[in-house]
Amino acid sequence: METILFYVFSTFMVLSALMVITVHNPVRAAFFLVLTFFASAAVWLLLEAEFLAVILIIVYVGAVMVLFLFVVMMLDVNLAELKSGFVKNLPIALAVALVMFGTIYYVVGGSQFDIHNFVPPERHAADYSNISELGKVLYTEYVFAFEIAAVILLVGIIAAISLTLRRRPNTRHQKIEEQVAVKSEDRLRVVKLEPQERK
Amino acid sequence: MKHLTQFFSSLFLAELFKGLSVTGRYFFKKKITVQYPEEKTPQSFRFRGLHALRRYANGEERCIACKLCEAICPALAISIESEEREDGTRRTKSYDIDLTKCIFCGFCEESCPVDSIVETRIFEYHGEEKSDLFMTKEKLLAVGDKYEDQIAADRAQDASYR
Amino acid sequence: MLDLILSIYEIPVINILVKIIAILVPLLLTVAYFTYIERKVIGYMQVRIGPNRVGPRGWLQPIADAMKLMFKEIIFPSGANRVLFIIAPTIAISTALAAWAVVPFGSEMVLADINVALLYILAMTSIGVYGVILAGWSSNSKYAIMSTLRTAAQVVSYEIAMGFALVGVVMAARSLNIGEIVMGQGGSGILGWYMWPLMPLFVIYFVSGVAETNRAPFDVAEGESEIVAGFHVEYSGILFAIFFLAEYANMILISVLAALMFMGGWLSPFEGVSFLGLGSTFLAGSSIIWLISKTVIFMFLFLWFRATFPRYRYDQIMRLGWKVFIPITIVWIYVVGIMYYVELAPWFTKG
Repeated sequence: METILFYVFSTFMVLSALMVITVHNPVRAAFFLVLTFFASAAVWLLLEAEFLAVILIIVYVGAVMVLFLFVVMMLDVNLAELKSGFVKNLPIALAVALVMFGTIYYVVGGSQFDIHNFVPPERHAADYSNISELGKVLYTEYVFAFEIAAVILLVGIIAAISLTLRRRPNTRHQKIEEQVAVKSEDRLRVVKLEPQERK
Repeated sequence: MKHLTQFFSSLFLAELFKGLSVTGRYFFKKKITVQYPEEKTPQSFRFRGLHALRRYANGEERCIACKLCEAICPALAISIESEEREDGTRRTKSYDIDLTKCIFCGFCEESCPVDSIVETRIFEYHGEEKSDLFMTKEKLLAVGDKYEDQIAADRAQDASYR
Repeated sequence: MLDLILSIYEIPVINILVKIIAILVPLLLTVAYFTYIERKVIGYMQVRIGPNRVGPRGWLQPIADAMKLMFKEIIFPSGANRVLFIIAPTIAISTALAAWAVVPFGSEMVLADINVALLYILAMTSIGVYGVILAGWSSNSKYAIMSTLRTAAQVVSYEIAMGFALVGVVMAARSLNIGEIVMGQGGSGILGWYMWPLMPLFVIYFVSGVAETNRAPFDVAEGESEIVAGFHVEYSGILFAIFFLAEYANMILISVLAALMFMGGWLSPFEGVSFLGLGSTFLAGSSIIWLISKTVIFMFLFLWFRATFPRYRYDQIMRLGWKVFIPITIVWIYVVGIMYYVELAPWFTKG
C-alpha cells in the first residue's frame, strides 16, 4: 500500500516538475510548481515527517508561491521572447545540467550515501510526536545554528526593507496614522459669538 | 494626556464596541417592514399614479383638446389630435399617453383647465408588452369611469389648497 | 441484521466514510442555514425582518436559493482557462471541508487525531488562497485579477498574525493537538480558559479570522463598490454556489477553532466551580452542546460585524495587519513566556 502511494506521489512530483520547465506560460509553471510541492509533502508524510510536510505546505505553498504568482501575474512577460534563444543557450544549459546530474549521482549513487549504508528508519507508534523530537534537537544540539539562521533571516528582512525604502519628502501622500489619530476637536472649532448691534 | 486616552481607547477598540452596541440595540427594536401585498402604506390624496380622463356628471367628456397638457409635458408623453364634433364643440379625436415616457410629474393635471386629465391612486398596473403601456383615449376614459368616485373625493379634499 | 450492519461498520474504510458523512452533512446543513440566519440577523439589525416568504417564516429560503443556483447556467467567459476555472471552486471547497477532519467535537469525537492538527488547519487555509488566485486568474477579467491580487496579499499577511496568535495557544497548551489544547483548559471552569491570559491574542485571532475569510469589514475581495464582485465576478450557477459554501464553511471553521482554543471547547464553564454548587450539577459535564453554543456566539459575531462596520480601505487593512497585529502578538508572546516561566495558575501549571 505504502509503496503504491509512494510511486503515485513521486510520479506526480516528477511529472509536474517536468511541466514546470516545459510549460510556456509562467503562471502555469508556477501552478505546476505548487503541485510539485504538494506531492513532495505527501512523500514526506509517507516518511513520517508530518511536521516537515505540513510546514512545507504552509511556507512554500501558502506563502512563497503566492508571492511568486503575484510577481508573475503582474509582470508583462513576452512569451515569444522567452522562446527565442533556445538553440543558442542549449550548449551551456546542457553543460550545467550534466554537472548537476553528475554531482547528484556522485552523492546519491556513490559509496558514501549508498542506500545500503543506511539502516531503514524504524517505524514509530501512532503517539510518537516528531515535533517534540525536532524541538528538542533544535533547541539543544543545534541551538547555535538555529539562532544563526534566525539572525540571517532577520538580516535578509532588514536588507530587503532598506533596499526598497526610499524617503521622498517632497511627494504628497496620506499619513494614515495622522488620519486615524485625528479627533473632531482638531478639525472643528465651535465659536461662541456675542450678538452684535447693527451700527 | 489626551494622546494617552486616545491611544488606549483605540487599543481597546472603544469606538468599535460603541458601534456594535448600536446595531445590537436595533436588533431588538420593533421591525418596521411592511408586508407589501397584504399590508400597504397609507396613500396621500395627491398620489400620482395611473392617468385617467374624467367626464361630467351628464356623461359628457371634460377634455376640450386645449393641448395645455401636451405643451407642458416635460417627457413629451402626451399626444392629442383635436376635431370639431357635429354639435360644434371642440373635442379630441385621439388622446394618447405613453406611460413608458411619462415621469408622473403631475404637470398635466395641474395645467388642465377643466380637471379632465388626472392622476389616480392606481400604481399596481403592468403591461405584458409595450403597447399595453400606451394609454389611448378609450383606456383613459375607462379608468376614469371606473374610479370616478375616488377621483372626485380626492379632488374635493385637495380643493381648498388650490 | 443488526450484527451485519455492525460488522460492516467495523471495516475501516466504511467506518471512516460514515464519520466523514456524520461531519459533512450537518456541516453543509449548517452552512445552508447560516446564510438564512445571516440575512435574518442583518435584517433585524437594520430594523427589517429579512426573508420570510419561502416556507413558514422563510425557513425554506436556503433550499430555494440552492435549487436556483443549481439550475442556472454556468457561463464560461471567453478566453477563460476552462480547466482552472472549474478547479478553482473545487480547491476552495475541498480545503474548507478538509480542515474539518482534525476538528474534535468531544474528547473522543475526532476523525483524525493527529499531532500537527493546528498546523494542518493553517496549511489548509493557506491552500484555500489558491481557490481565489486560480479563480481570478482563469476568469480572464480585470476585476477578478485585481481582487485576486488584493485577496492573496491580505490573506497571506493575516495568516502571519493568526499564526503568531496561535503560537501563544501552543505555548500555553504545550501541544499542537487540538484535543490536548482543550484539555489544558479544563479543571477550573470558565477561569481556566485561555481567553483570559491570552486576551489580546484571542481578539487578534478572531479579527484575523474575519480577514482570512474575507468577511466584512475586511471584504475588499468582493468590494462591490469598486470591483463588482471580486474574484468570482465571472462565476455563475453552481460554481458560484460552491465559492459561497466554502466561504461560510470557513467562517464556521474559524468560529469552532476560536471556541476550541480560547473558550474551552466542549468543557463546561461550570466545571470544578464551587460557587452555588454549580460544579456538581449536570451543567458541569462536558458535552458537544457547550462547543456548539460557543461556536454559535462567534458565528453571530461574524454577522454582527458585517451589520455594523463599514468596509476598511485596502491600505488600512494592510496597515492593521502588519503594523498593529503582528507587533502586539509578538509582545504578547513574550508575556506568555513570562507567565509560563512563573507558572501562572491556573493556566500554566505544569500538569
